[in-house]
Order: sequence, then C-alpha cells, then structure tokens
Amino acid sequence: MSKDDAMIRTKGLIEIDHFGCDYIGDGQVTAAVADVSILVRPGEFVSIVGPSGCGKSTLLNAVAGFRAPTRGRVRVDGETIRAPGADRGMVFQQYSLFPWKTVRQNVEFGLKMQGMGASQRESKARTLLSIAGLLDFEDHYPDRLSGGMKQRVGIVRALATGPKVLLLDEPFGALDAQTRVIMQQILTNIWQRLRISVLFVTHDIDEAIFLSDRIYVMTARPGEVKAEVPIDLPRPRDPDCMMAADFLALRRELVTLIREESLRAMGGELAGGLAGIGVTADSGSLADLL
Amino acid sequence: MDLPVPADHPPLSAATLVAPPVAVTRSVRRRVAASVWSRLRALLLGTLAILVFLGLWQAASVNHIEWFVRFDNIPAPSTVALRALTVVPSAAFANDVVTSCERVFLGFSIAALLAVPLGLLIGCYKPMRDLLFPLCELLRPIPAIAWVPISIMLWPTDWQSIVFITFLGAFFPILLNTVLGAQRIDPVLVLASRSLGAGEVAIFREIYLPGALPAVFTGLAVGMGVAWVSVIAAEMISGQSGIGYFTWEAYSLIQYPDIVLGMVAIGLLGLLSSAAIRGIGRLAMPWLSGE
Repeated sequence: MSKDDAMIRTKGLIEIDHFGCDYIGDGQVTAAVADVSILVRPGEFVSIVGPSGCGKSTLLNAVAGFRAPTRGRVRVDGETIRAPGADRGMVFQQYSLFPWKTVRQNVEFGLKMQGMGASQRESKARTLLSIAGLLDFEDHYPDRLSGGMKQRVGIVRALATGPKVLLLDEPFGALDAQTRVIMQQILTNIWQRLRISVLFVTHDIDEAIFLSDRIYVMTARPGEVKAEVPIDLPRPRDPDCMMAADFLALRRELVTLIREESLRAMGGELAGGLAGIGVTADSGSLADLL
Repeated sequence: MDLPVPADHPPLSAATLVAPPVAVTRSVRRRVAASVWSRLRALLLGTLAILVFLGLWQAASVNHIEWFVRFDNIPAPSTVALRALTVVPSAAFANDVVTSCERVFLGFSIAALLAVPLGLLIGCYKPMRDLLFPLCELLRPIPAIAWVPISIMLWPTDWQSIVFITFLGAFFPILLNTVLGAQRIDPVLVLASRSLGAGEVAIFREIYLPGALPAVFTGLAVGMGVAWVSVIAAEMISGQSGIGYFTWEAYSLIQYPDIVLGMVAIGLLGLLSSAAIRGIGRLAMPWLSGE
C-alpha cells in the first residue's frame, strides 16, 4: 500500500504554461484567455475561480484535450496534451451520463474502451459503486436518479479508469445547497483516499475554499491569473469550518478580488446606465457603491 | 352489467395496520372504484361512437340515401360482414394480404437498412452532409406514387417496381428523422466519451447510434405508414396482386362489399405494423420506459 502511495504521489503534475486561447467569431479574433500559467502538483487540490466568461472552463477543456491552445503549452506529467484521454478524468456540470446506459454501464464505459473483458469490468464497476454507496442503483437508468446521485455516478465514472488527474467543471452548480455540501465532502473523501491531483472550476467561493489547497483567481476576459491564494486551513475540514474566522478572512479576500473583476467585466454595461445618475464608472467607486 | 365495485378486499400493508383500518380501506376502495369506473367509461364512450358511426352508415345504405352524397351503391356494414365470412377464409384473399405484407416488409426493411446508417453518417459528419443532403432535399418532396411510371420502366417486373415504390415511401422519413436524431445529441456526451478514451468508431456505436434511436423509431413509425400508403397506391395503379389490387379490382368488378373489406384489411395491417414498430422500439430503448 505504501509503495503504491509513493508511486501515485509522483503522478498527476499539471503544467499550464503561458496558455492563451482565441475565439474566432463574426470574422473577429477575440482572446478568451490571454496568458495563464497554472501549476497543479501531484496530489494537490487546486481551484480556479473568476467572473463568468473569464475562460476558466476553457483552461479545463485544454487540460482535458478538448481545445488546443492558441499560445503556450499544457502538459500532464511532462507530456504535452494533444487529445482527450482516459488518463484525465472529466466531470461536467450537466452530469453528461449516457441516458441509454445503466449506472453500472456508465461506470464501465471507460474500462470497455480500454478493452477490458465484460466480467472483469463488471466487478470493478461494482466495487467502485459500492464505495460510492450506489450499488443499489447499478441497474437504474440515469433518468431515475436525483441530481446528487447523477453527479456521484459522474465522478465514479471519471475515476474508473484510474486517471492521474481529475478535472471538474462546476460539477455541483446545478445542485441545491444541502446536496452541494454533501457532495463537497464526498469529493474531499475521494480525493484524500486516492491522492489524485484535482483541478476544479467553480464560481462558488465557499466551495473553492472548503475544498482547495490553492485557489487561482482569474481576471475578467481576456483571462489572466489575478491572484494565487494558498488555503492553509487544517484538514480534515468539516462544514462548520466555514464559520471560522480564518475561513471568513479568506472568503473576504477572495470576494473582493472577484468583485473587482466582475465589475470590470460589467464596466461597459454599467457605465452607460450609471452615467445618467451621476456616478462615475471606475471600478473603485463602483465597488464602494455596490 | 355489474357495477364497477372491486369485489376483493384491498391488500393490507403495514401502513394500513398503523392507521385506522376502516377509513383507509374505504378510501382505498373508493379510489380503486373511481379508477375502474373511469376506464370503463372511456371504453363505453369509445364503443358508443363506433356503434353510432356503423348505425348511421347502415341506415344510410339500407335506405339508399341520396342527399348530395350517394349511398346508393355503398354496401351496408351488415352486407360487408356477411361477405367477409366467404372472402376472408379464401386462399385468394390470403394470398393478396401476404403479397402486400411481403412488399411492405421488403421495401421497408431495405429503406431502414440504408436510411439509418446513411442518416447517422449525414448527421455526424459535415462533409457527408454537404455531399448528400442537397440530393436528398431534391428528391424528398417527390411523393413515392409519382415514381410509379418511372419505376415501371426501371424495373423488369411489377413486383420489383412496387417494392421500389414502397422503399422510396419509407426511405425519406427514416433518413430525415435519423439525421435530426444524430444532430440533436448533446455534444457534451461526445466530449465525455472522448475523455473516457472512446475513438471514432466507438463514439458512433456507443453514442450516436443509441442517442439517435428515439428519433430513428419515430422515423420508422412514419416510414411504415408511408410504406403502406405507397404499396396500396402502387398496387392499385400497376399491380396484378396484393390488397390494394384486390380493393381496386373489387370496384372494377362491381363487388362493392369487397372494397370495404379491402379497406378494413389495409387499416388493420397498418395498425399491426405500427404496433410492431412500437413494441420493438420499447424493447430496443429500455431507458425510455418509465416506472
């Protein structure tokens, strides 16, 4: 076990190196991400937060291999990412379970793609489902599951092939507040057990602090890294820690950072409306106002 | 007729034992009675409309009503029913039914086997769409029946030309629905499968095919309907056998009750075919059936 641990810990290094990405639309080139460098060390839990449209999902898609960088490089364990692959598990906000496959068939999918035999992947899927407390639902179709259960299946499916890193794109955004807290704890447990590197995108600041070792705050579009905030709260963390003074201090710091960027992103829209009531639209005074 | 009151005692559960048993039993019984009555009423009302329809028709035919429409030569339902006793068991009638079924089955099957893969390719790959879609859109508005003269010239035998017409009728609804089904698949499912290591072939088989299946079955149901329309029309125009030929022949030979028999047979065959498609669809897509 300890030998395995040591081996796993050396894997899962994500290096996003001067990454930039442009969109082409209406014959115009728009920079979605300007120049971002992000590092996730093996076994580390790192979150990216930022105003909507800052390109945080673009970064995740680049690591997943869905999107090629316009500038810069994305590497996992030193290898440049060229295509999607099962060495990087991806969890989507919209669950993205295959509706025509049962819970177990969904979990088996990655193993099937690796050419594993039916009986072997069935037993592996059942083991994973029982750990996630979903074994009773193995023969259900996703349609019949609650949002929280769907996303648990989504996480188990992404982990089934034993990926080096886990990428999550606002995975709990569609869940209600109570379920979200439970899912955050489940994810923490999984992460601590597997010691897998996690890159997590969210717009929920509490969620990011509760889960992460480190948080990158992105600027408004075109996205750049505005700040890198280490989260030194002791682990294991429980939901009560969200009321603690150090948690709230971090929260205040992050809220301020993101609000500046959100206002900057909305600056253009607000300038027109606020000019009429005699307010200047520079971000400092807006931040005081709102 | 008995009143729709359930004779058996409703089954007792743990909940019934905790709650006051009398009240629960009564309310359960009342609800069961209400649902039985609602179903019975639907059955009665439906039957009533059919009986009224047949009754009016019978009256119009027997009395030779001529009031704008002429019921003079229209056989009464009772005449048709009597005639059915001699025609339906006959070998000739069975032969016509089987012939039409064969043509529909063959034309429809060829259409499905070609249109489903082609529709998936067109739906999944843009070059295929650019290549084939304009051609499809050019041919699609032409009704299958309009192909009858060309088809007769094209194929050596009547049988082949009628199967061809049936095939054309079924082909385009199946193709179009399959294309739409493949295009409407949530792109995130394709991304998810890629990130789980799926290659192009696996994505086609594991994502596009099952994902398009509900739309495919919609297309198959519509295609089956059009296949029957086409086969009947083709048989009426150019056939020497089949249930469409039987119906038209009855008109030519002044065997008027046989016309209605042919119509009823066509209706029943269409009904059975679409029920078969629905049944196969339910088996092929277990994830869609609810509780």
